[in-house]
Amino acid sequence: MKRTATSPLLAVLMILSVAAPAFACAGLVAPNGSVRLLRTATLAGYHDGVEHYVTSFQFQGGGAKFGSIVPLPGVPSRVTRGGDWTLQRLEIETQPPPPVPLGASGGSGSRDSAKELYETEIDGLLITILKGGSRAVGQWAKDEGFALTPDAPEVLRFYAQRSKIFMAARFIPKKSQDKQVGDGIPIHLRIPTDNPWVPLRILALGKKDPRTDVTADVYLLTHGEPTLLPAPEPAGNRGMSLEHNADASKDLLSDLRSDKGMKWIPAKMWLTYLRIDINAGKLLFDLSVGTDARGGPYEEEAYGAQPDDGSSQPTPSPSPTSSLLGLILVPLFGFGALRTIRKGSLRDR
Amino acid sequence: MNHRIAVAALIAALLSSSACGSGDGTEPGTTQEVHVQLHNSRFVPDHFEFAVGTTVKFVVENTDPIDHEFLIGDEAAQQAHEDGTEAHHGAKPGELSIPIGETRTTTYTFDEPGTLLIGCHLPTHYDYGMRGTIKITG
Repeated sequence: MKRTATSPLLAVLMILSVAAPAFACAGLVAPNGSVRLLRTATLAGYHDGVEHYVTSFQFQGGGAKFGSIVPLPGVPSRVTRGGDWTLQRLEIETQPPPPVPLGASGGSGSRDSAKELYETEIDGLLITILKGGSRAVGQWAKDEGFALTPDAPEVLRFYAQRSKIFMAARFIPKKSQDKQVGDGIPIHLRIPTDNPWVPLRILALGKKDPRTDVTADVYLLTHGEPTLLPAPEPAGNRGMSLEHNADASKDLLSDLRSDKGMKWIPAKMWLTYLRIDINAGKLLFDLSVGTDARGGPYEEEAYGAQPDDGSSQPTPSPSPTSSLLGLILVPLFGFGALRTIRKGSLRDR
Repeated sequence: MNHRIAVAALIAALLSSSACGSGDGTEPGTTQEVHVQLHNSRFVPDHFEFAVGTTVKFVVENTDPIDHEFLIGDEAAQQAHEDGTEAHHGAKPGELSIPIGETRTTTYTFDEPGTLLIGCHLPTHYDYGMRGTIKITG
């Protein structure tokens, strides 16, 4: 599955982001059985063989222990606090707020458990990088006092076939008492990798009703127009729609570059904005991004290695394209709903 | 790997089906062994038929990365489990808690004709569809 590393000279960059406002991820089941929606924002880019992954986890309050699991394409070499405005700036670039009419008022560890490769605490958020298959990740979650939602086995197996690296993010109750609901903690992962698929299917994890809408904003920043699979729908349509597809403005790149830890951004890139608005039951695909350097997009990346049981998803033709020098990858946020185990006591850390 | 598991589940289902009693020659008073897999939060197979008086040893294998339960009972019993707070099952016939990747057994005698249910009542599992039926014929 792994491919040869992209040459540094090809300096290709791709950024993917899931912006906060539209990103309501997997349901988190609290001890009382109520379901909260965890919102997060993510940005990932690839440059000189390293993926820069910036995401934000928002505090949901309630004092309960909860978290999320994110599949990653590789093992991060560093995990630090992310920049302060990168995610917001990217959102503003593609989704500017409507003009305010004149006169309007303002304001408003045990056996078989996954191996912990890395763990760090960032402002009350405990980040753990895990290596292991689906069973090992499930065992790890259980050992940590969490359980996964019943749809997790199938989804974890799906991702474990590609990469056995996952990121778990959990707020530490005792260190989150000063936070307000909605407070976001940005983190930045640097992941040496050349694996370009973007996990989308995991966004539906934890949705009990397959008719539940899954919405997300996906940003790709590359050196040329990417080729995508599945091919996006025209702007404004349901599903995965192509809302923006053009050279990134110099102002945007300059603003992003001025944020903490974002100096790696090249001088010129192509910005693609995809909006995901789809029923959870139909979100059975990921996003494969094709480039001149690596070829593709690839059906296996978009739809997984499906067993030949007649249930394979249709494979629409790739969308427009282009000339990317390299490829990038963005693993993102998947999200596994971690819930505290019923009948068990919470374990504070 | 998924394909392998699917094939294994199918084989288990076929074996289980062939082992099911129900008017297919099973002698009342005998004990038969039935294998059940818990895979992708489903019982495989999810339907059984036995003759009244049959004693069944259920060998339940959890292939999932999450814990599950295997609880036999009528509608009222299933509701009681759904509302209940028992952390673990295993002491009573027809009730099991099966940790990740483990196999447990329980033996149950079907004394009366009718229909019973099998369910997993860990949070949201039953609603997700983790249920099965057992038809007991006279």
